[in-house]
Amino acid sequence: MNLAASSILSIIIVLPLFGAAFIAFLPKDAHGNARYVALWTTIVTFVVSLLIWVNFDATSASFQFVEERPWIGPIKYKLGVDGISMLFVILTTFLMPLCILASWESVEDRVKEYMIAFLVLESVMIGVFCALDLVLFYLFFEAGLIPMFLIIGIWGGKRRVYASFKFFLYTLLGSVLMLLAMMAMYWHAGTTDITSLLATRFPRDMQFWLWIAFFASFAVKMPMWPVHTWLPDAHVEAPTAGSVILAAILLKMGGYGFLRFSVPMFPLATHDLAPLVFTLSVVAIIYTSLVALAQEDVKKLIAYSSVAHMGYVTMGIFTVTTQGVDGAIFQMLSHGLVSAALFLCVGIVYDRMHTREIAAYGGLVNRMPIYAFCFMVFTMANVGLPGTSGFVGEFLTLVGAFKVNTVVAALATTGVILSAAYALWLYRNMIFGELEKPALRSIPDMRPREILVMAPLVLLTILFGFYPAPVLDVTAASVKKLVSNYEQAVSATAARDPGKGGR
Amino acid sequence: MHPFLTSIGPIFPEIIVALGAMVLLVYGVFRPETEANAEATGWLAVLVLLTAALTVALDPPSTTLLFDGAFVSDRFTDFAKLLVLAGSAVALILSFDYFRRLKAMKFEYPVLVLLATAGMMVMVSANDLISLYLGLEMQSLALYVLAAIRRDNVKSSEAGLKYFVLGALSSGMLLYGASLIYGYTGSTNFAVIASVAKGKAAAESLVLVVGLVFLLVGLAFKVSAVPFHMWTPDVYEGAPTPVTALFAAAPKIAALTLLMRTLHEAFPGLGPQWQQVVTILAIASMLLGAVAAIGQTNLKRLMAYSSIGHVGYALVGVSTDSVEGMQAVLVYLSIYLVMTLGVFACIVSLQKKDGQVVAIADLSGLSKSNLPMAFALFVLLFSLAGIPPLAGFFAKFYVFAAAIKAGLYPLAVIGVLASVVAAYYYLAVVKVMFFDEPKEKLLDVPRVPGLIAAGASLFVILFAVFAGPVVEAAAAAAGALKF
Repeated sequence: MNLAASSILSIIIVLPLFGAAFIAFLPKDAHGNARYVALWTTIVTFVVSLLIWVNFDATSASFQFVEERPWIGPIKYKLGVDGISMLFVILTTFLMPLCILASWESVEDRVKEYMIAFLVLESVMIGVFCALDLVLFYLFFEAGLIPMFLIIGIWGGKRRVYASFKFFLYTLLGSVLMLLAMMAMYWHAGTTDITSLLATRFPRDMQFWLWIAFFASFAVKMPMWPVHTWLPDAHVEAPTAGSVILAAILLKMGGYGFLRFSVPMFPLATHDLAPLVFTLSVVAIIYTSLVALAQEDVKKLIAYSSVAHMGYVTMGIFTVTTQGVDGAIFQMLSHGLVSAALFLCVGIVYDRMHTREIAAYGGLVNRMPIYAFCFMVFTMANVGLPGTSGFVGEFLTLVGAFKVNTVVAALATTGVILSAAYALWLYRNMIFGELEKPALRSIPDMRPREILVMAPLVLLTILFGFYPAPVLDVTAASVKKLVSNYEQAVSATAARDPGKGGR
Repeated sequence: MHPFLTSIGPIFPEIIVALGAMVLLVYGVFRPETEANAEATGWLAVLVLLTAALTVALDPPSTTLLFDGAFVSDRFTDFAKLLVLAGSAVALILSFDYFRRLKAMKFEYPVLVLLATAGMMVMVSANDLISLYLGLEMQSLALYVLAAIRRDNVKSSEAGLKYFVLGALSSGMLLYGASLIYGYTGSTNFAVIASVAKGKAAAESLVLVVGLVFLLVGLAFKVSAVPFHMWTPDVYEGAPTPVTALFAAAPKIAALTLLMRTLHEAFPGLGPQWQQVVTILAIASMLLGAVAAIGQTNLKRLMAYSSIGHVGYALVGVSTDSVEGMQAVLVYLSIYLVMTLGVFACIVSLQKKDGQVVAIADLSGLSKSNLPMAFALFVLLFSLAGIPPLAGFFAKFYVFAAAIKAGLYPLAVIGVLASVVAAYYYLAVVKVMFFDEPKEKLLDVPRVPGLIAAGASLFVILFAVFAGPVVEAAAAAAGALKF
């Protein structure tokens, strides 16, 4: 591996920052240039990040492309990806150009600042998935709040101030407790290096508290019921691209955190507290699906459906079975594509009609056949129809849950029906029927730019539905290691302490 | 060099500042009383402060005691003095533009700043109750006058008077405490006090513990820790903005380092006793600083409550009584200094036609009218809130890490929760600047304060990159205390 490849992670973290700095020095009214610079920066970043996938050794479960530099005393600047994090990096870099394209015309005010905020956000998000040091991880994890706060607050809808504050304070509140837990881990293990911490066995009672603290942060980020209430507000008020990033990537940080920290570092606590997570997940799946049924705002409906889908993810992760974890990762990626696409779909009609009310639409298929087709693909994927990527993730998590707890699996399955109910209802009301609203008579179909944004998402959703192997192969080794380490830790305790361990 | 000169080497910086003050006083008196001359005095005072900083930097790192152990110089004092000198110098530079606009520049102003700084430096080096009091009073008296320097302005006079009355009260308490401590231990020297004030008898002695508490109360007044913070919002609001900048930075550093040395060097044997008190002060300050700032509409009052909160976080580090805690406090103070001065540089830079911007509402839409300025303030406010990757995060990080190490979990949890509440009011200012529409056109930003604001925000952004040296220097400084 040559020098460029060995620091490729730093390169893709820094590239968007360079783009942002370049835009900052453009003249004040260079809106078009800002757009093009941002687009090309994100495209180049995506292309470079593909090199990671190409050079990735899927047979190894260890961290790859590792970079390590001294930073502040015991805190190191250490980056690396394994099968789990690599896909999130690619997902991030893949979605960014689409986000920039989606904001091409809809954002006219303060374009420069908008593009800078998105590029900084991209760099931070990639950093979260690459960081192999606790403090570095926290730094990236929290730094994303600042650009997102601005994106919601400046370019958002009517209640943007309320939504941005709620988003910021909610997530901050969750995270600070995790920060304290990280410090406790440092003083216990003497290092903030994630690879060493993965090999550290924390005492059982300490694991409990650390798990709770990390859970506070990731559950809010995920978001899990009952701390999900910031999400509908943030989603509804954020501009289209902001919703896309929020749903597709920021939420995944929670799931990623569970996989990177909670499960492998605190296996005993995970074992003890898994029933809690199952309960919350099942409640999220059923309750938020029901809430979604009652929504009048498209974005809110999709937001609640996101919470429900994240319920499958947490359920899958905490089964700690190969199928469950595989399914959870797949579900996160699939949701990353599908929810991003759904928000983009909403954005397309919102740009034309400036309303998100479901009742304001109806019969769109008559005027917008291409749009109706795209929307249908993603609705089906959201429902989890076999042949779309949504099915694979849900199915695998349910298989994993079935192995561990039949009741949980049975209850979670009802969520599939409910999701069909609200998604099909939404589709029926917006797309089908007669075109009765006078305002919709002249609505144009998708423009080439919009088709360009949608096409890759449609293709991938269907491709992964029929052929999920590219994703599952990459994650296989890492997931296997995660599950076997967990089982070892739990059975070792069970052998020592037969009363408490074991399922 | 003459043996006398080498023997007083460690106190050289103080001598430079004190002599400088006197020379400038004479210079000011004998020159015609014009604005230009007053400003020249100011720049000369900055030069004096820089020279003193240079001598501090060149000071050998070994621990030296002077005047029968009343004055100490080591890495710890060097570190703190550099911060104090930097704080005074920057606050002084900020004042030129401000007073020029008001046509109120007086040559006494820089002289008083120098005198206050000399007092602060003695405080930092105090290793004896007498030198502690000398330094503290020299600083305080100069600061009382500075608060009231705009004597034709009611608010400024009120601020000076309020500060004086409450400050005098706190000095009285401090003296009373010191006399009780002297009564029990028979000495004013920290080392002797430490050797007597230990063990069960000392811990159960009412005289000693009451003395210690009174001493702590006096110092808590100076750092404006809750519940001895009442003067802070009024003085911050009433004093001229550059004076507020001075109050918020240098004296806080001097008083906190004095507090650290006094508690740690004179009362190591009473650790559990004073740790309790400091913990309560820390919790009260963090909570009040966070909650009381929410309703503020005046930027300077907001900064007053913010500084109360920040003192609370620094006190968390003090209450651990560990080398990590002391290091954390020093890191905290270094970063806090830059952030505070940066924010005040922003406030000084922003002017309306009819004067200074003081209301938060005056900032509305600043990001549209003056994006660089809005960005600088935005970065500084997020840093004050402790959001990574900005410098303020590292400040809080080290303090809470020390608290966790010392097993003070409830304190750390309360602290981080308070920091979330505090984040709200910093966000509220950002909201006004970025989410609201501009109302009134602000005047152009003056060059010097603008540059200081830019420098401070740059420091805050880039701190993550060069944090290593600062943290290590703080560690070396904290290591100079006996552990």
